[in-house]
Amino acid sequence: MTVESGAATTAAPVLDQPVPDTPDQTGEFIQLLTPEGERIDHPDYPLDLSGDAIAGLYRDLVLVRTIDTVAISLQRQGELGIWASLLGQEAAQIGSGRALSPDDMVFPTYREHGVAWCRGIDPVKLLELYRGVSHGGWAPEEYKFHLYTIVIGAQTLHATGYAMGIQRDGADRGEAVIAYFGDGATSQGDVNEAFVWASVFNAPIVFYCQNNQWAISEPLEKQSRVPLYQRARGFGFPGLRVDGNDVLACYAVTKKAMQAAREGQGPTLIEAFTYRMGAHTTTDDPTRYRLASELEVWKLRDPIERVRAYLVRGGLAEPGFFAEVDAEAKQVGARVREACRNMPDPPPLSLFDQVYAEPTAILREEREQYAAYLDSFEAGENGGAGR
Amino acid sequence: MSKLTLSRGLNEGLRKALENDPKVLIMGEDVGKLGGVFRVTDGLQKDFGEARVIDTPLAESGIVGTAIGLALRGYRPVCEIQFDGFVFPAVDQIVSQLAKMRYRSRGQLSLPVVIRIPCGGGIGAVEHHSESPEVLFAHTAGLRVVACSDAADAFTMIQQSISSDDPVIFFEPKRRYWDKAEVDTAAGVAGALPFDQARVALEGTDVTLLCYGPLVRTCLESAAAARGDGRSVEVVDLRSLSPLDMDTITASVRKTGRCVVAHEAPVFAGLGAEIAARVTERCFYHLEAPVLRVGGFATPYPPSRLEEHYLPDLDRILDAVDRTFGY
Repeated sequence: MTVESGAATTAAPVLDQPVPDTPDQTGEFIQLLTPEGERIDHPDYPLDLSGDAIAGLYRDLVLVRTIDTVAISLQRQGELGIWASLLGQEAAQIGSGRALSPDDMVFPTYREHGVAWCRGIDPVKLLELYRGVSHGGWAPEEYKFHLYTIVIGAQTLHATGYAMGIQRDGADRGEAVIAYFGDGATSQGDVNEAFVWASVFNAPIVFYCQNNQWAISEPLEKQSRVPLYQRARGFGFPGLRVDGNDVLACYAVTKKAMQAAREGQGPTLIEAFTYRMGAHTTTDDPTRYRLASELEVWKLRDPIERVRAYLVRGGLAEPGFFAEVDAEAKQVGARVREACRNMPDPPPLSLFDQVYAEPTAILREEREQYAAYLDSFEAGENGGAGR
Repeated sequence: MSKLTLSRGLNEGLRKALENDPKVLIMGEDVGKLGGVFRVTDGLQKDFGEARVIDTPLAESGIVGTAIGLALRGYRPVCEIQFDGFVFPAVDQIVSQLAKMRYRSRGQLSLPVVIRIPCGGGIGAVEHHSESPEVLFAHTAGLRVVACSDAADAFTMIQQSISSDDPVIFFEPKRRYWDKAEVDTAAGVAGALPFDQARVALEGTDVTLLCYGPLVRTCLESAAAARGDGRSVEVVDLRSLSPLDMDTITASVRKTGRCVVAHEAPVFAGLGAEIAARVTERCFYHLEAPVLRVGGFATPYPPSRLEEHYLPDLDRILDAVDRTFGY
């Protein structure tokens, strides 16, 4: 439809041409374990994992899914304000997370619960943000795992700067950085700027994009007309796509890219092709924008089932292994549930803490005035203890 | 002691900081070979190398975002934003990331990042080159916001800002870059006035004139003119816009009983509004007149042929001073 110049119209605008279908988004990817649990060899990615190590990955996958399930329940019970589920993305996170060295630095989004698990962070700590008792409960340098970043893509620049710092430290290249983000984030200026910076400075960083197909309600075709991994070429570094539901492939691909970064070969973009099986967060309702049949297709590609099938078929797990993992999951789930319910609110006046290295006069004044205000109520009414 | 331009004072201050701490980095657009469009970083890349004086790609969010990452790694980056109007692409990184990191991490992470911004008008520039966005940052908890007004302060305040463990937004009055003042570059900063304190630039008894950055010189000239009319004007250079040094401000206004705040930024919801409210709370029984404000209008910055009407000049400031005697 065309509108005559200057003509008044009440008609809704219509695009002259429909946007063509998005090019193939389901093409080839690197896969080492099929959805049926069959091992495939890949010439570029020989796997150095023992049967025990793969069983360990299985345990990780089950435990982080359990923690996720428990967190969703806790939100439904009013114990958490919100939760961002990782359901379906366990392999993308555990595979990459276990491929890291202890000295590597991680910059996560708010959904990287599986990577946090790999870094040794108590899952209870992850709940603090979602319960509203802190903005992030762990010591980033201790775990080499930065705080969750909620503004989409902002952390990719922090990660790149951190990698530039590694370069300037002139260490023996024993460290690299991994930045996590999603398919929606690839539209952000910050992510594109991070690609530019990392490329021109040849920074030791891996950009790890979990393409879970959905940015809340917007499907991938609203973000890109090309497969995401191909974007890297335009920035001057390699990009590759991996089956994000294949924990072995995610492990192998990440391990190799991180090593390349450490050796001074610069950045790599990894697109982990996966699927957000749950809602964006507990406030979201995916039935409004996607078909249930799509979910059914992805259920057949479940990241956990294929590992179990592989372990069973190869006789790689000890008798009783699966029962032990299930029992441990129950235990971990119970502990997380209990710890969350018992997590106290921070004392009221702590809200004034750590705005600056030293409190400013205005902060001190506001704190004193608010303390006096609280004290003006009858003792006990404000839970005076602890503040 | 030597007579330096404000631009040179900054340059010498940056040089000192680079010499004293190997973790200090300078990053921004054209800060290397060119020495910055105002030559503030002139010669620094030659002397300290490309790893420490970094010509960045042309993207402000990228500059601040990567500076945050470098600070997390233990560096002390000093970012140059080329002009005030170009800071806005970096606002998420400044407001949501830089300002909040200490608070979010409950004090475990500090980000000693300085963001230098040439600010204000008066140089006949095209649009987006004459803005005064300081109040946006003063409104953001977690940031320190300072403005230097002469070469001596430029030299010490930039060093103090770089030493600060808090992020600092450092405003430089671009039309004063070429103004000269005595600077003792041999002296350390140890004995200097702390960068979060205001300075009485000229003592007076009848009215307090509060100002910062480019308008300090204008206010001093206004005070000299007022002296001819028999009025003794006290000029206070705020220097720190957040936090505000209310003790110095209060002491001056209690002495004079009158207060005028001048800034180039629009009066509406400007820093003057905050100061007026606080002065009224603290000095209510000392005030002979309401606190008056003089500044930019509630318009976008005009084309440069009109900027002399927009910018508070000697006459508009004296007009406000006169009005405080009309109550």
